[in-house]
Formats: sequence, C-alpha cells, structure tokens
Amino acid sequence: MDLATLLFWIFAVILVVAALLVVGLRNIVHSALALVVVFAMAAGIYTLLNAEFIAIVQILIYVGAVTILILFALMLTRIAGLTRTNPTNRLWPIAAIICILVGGTIIYAVTTSSRAIQNTMTAAQAASQVPANINNVVRIGQLLYSPTSYSYVLPFEIASLVLLVAIVGAIIIGRED
Amino acid sequence: MLTLNHFLILGAVLFCIGLYGAITKHNAIAVLMGIEIMLNAVNITMVGFSFFNHVNAPSQFGFGVTNLGTLLTGQIFAIFIITVAAAEAAVALAMVIAIYRKRDTVDVGEIDMMKW
Repeated sequence: MDLATLLFWIFAVILVVAALLVVGLRNIVHSALALVVVFAMAAGIYTLLNAEFIAIVQILIYVGAVTILILFALMLTRIAGLTRTNPTNRLWPIAAIICILVGGTIIYAVTTSSRAIQNTMTAAQAASQVPANINNVVRIGQLLYSPTSYSYVLPFEIASLVLLVAIVGAIIIGRED
Repeated sequence: MLTLNHFLILGAVLFCIGLYGAITKHNAIAVLMGIEIMLNAVNITMVGFSFFNHVNAPSQFGFGVTNLGTLLTGQIFAIFIITVAAAEAAVALAMVIAIYRKRDTVDVGEIDMMKW
C-alpha cells in the first residue's frame, strides 16, 4: 500500500465517521463542530487529487465562513430548556432504507458502468501524467479569466451576480421590521 | 492502488449520509448541514472525475499521443458549486432566523404557513 492510498483511507474513514456524527449526535452544536471535521477532511481529499486551489477554497469558505454562519444561526435560534436539540423524526427507519437504496444504486451504477470498467488507470499513473511545470492555480486562473481561449469568463461573472443577489436577499430577509 | 471508483464510492456514501440528515431532521439548521454534506460529496465526485480525465492530442512529431494534462472542467464546476452553496447557506440561514423571530420555532414540521 503506497502513501497516497494510506492517506486516502485515513481521510475517508475520518470523513465518513464525522459525517455520521453530524447526523447522529443529540446536541446540534456538537453536530456543527463535527461538520468542521467533515469539511477539513474533504479538503484533504482534494489535495490528494492535485486540486490545491479547491482545497484552499474549501478551507477558507467552508471551514472558515459557512461553519461560523451555522454556529451564529444556532446561537440566534436557541430554544431554552431543550436537552435534545437535534431530534430526528419518527420515520427515520424508512429514511435510512431509502438512503441505503439510493447509495446502493449509485455504487452499483459507478462500479458496473462501461466507463468504470474501461477506466483502469490508477491514481499514481494519473498523477504522473500531469505536467510538472504548470501550477494548478495558474491553469484554473487561465480557464476562469482569459477571454481569448475557451474559458469560463461569463459563468464567473454570473456567479458574482448570484453572490450579490444572495447578499441583498440575506439582508432583506434577515432584517428586523 | 487508488482508482476512480474509490472516490466515486466515497462520494456516494457521503451523499447518502447527507441525504439521511436532510430528510430526517426536525431542526432546519440540521437540514442545512445535511445539504452541505451532500454538496461536498458532489464536489469530491467532480474533482475525482477531473483528476482521472485527460486531454489526449495527436502528437506533432510522429505517431502516438501527447498528454496535455488533466481536464480541469470538473474543478471549475466544483468552484461554482462552492459559490452557489455559500449563497444558499447565507439566504437559508437568514430565512431560518426570520422565521424564528416570527414563530419562535425552527422545527420544519411546524413551519407550515404555506401549506394549503
């Protein structure tokens, strides 16, 4: 077992256990703290996949901003005298069956599709084919900003519009009248 | 040996855990946490596909193909998913706080003013 595989299994096991804690813990603040571990381990998985830019963005936006936002919302919506702040509804066995069915279907589909069978390349081979002299961040920047080549300039601008609308909407919805 | 299937199955498992959290929780913020886990599962799948997807072009000199590196389309998709997820979290948490101010609850079973 090489180092990348070992790291993948460490990240994956912590990721899945933390995700189970997020949906399983009784106290919702503890769930929010387990969510931090989920996001950080996902950043580790991105680093394994040579996606340094996504890993950094994941740490900055998810671990830094979204978790703080969730913790602030929890603080502002506290209901006094409640010990089980993260209850599940009584139909949870049916929900679990549905989730296992969905997951089984996805796993069956990805492991038996013709594309998956053809793709026998391992991660080490894929990593060895990446040009060593070109940075991941540089390539993403070229794709996002350069209008001369085939790029994503227009979706990038639309994303900034989406963020602007979200900011205005959050202020309008959340303000006191 | 790491293959694409490792990352796809990890994404599928995480997606299911997030789905379970999103459909069973009473607290609206816990539902949001489930949705965030699902979005992260999709991102892992996207970046995994991007890592194993290569551009092969015919070589300039002679036969064979030269590898131009991985296609980064999946990573660009992941960036846009992260953007939309951040916008969604901001608006949804503002809505949860507004509803809490008006109704004194964040239980999604009790928020039914738009039903019927």
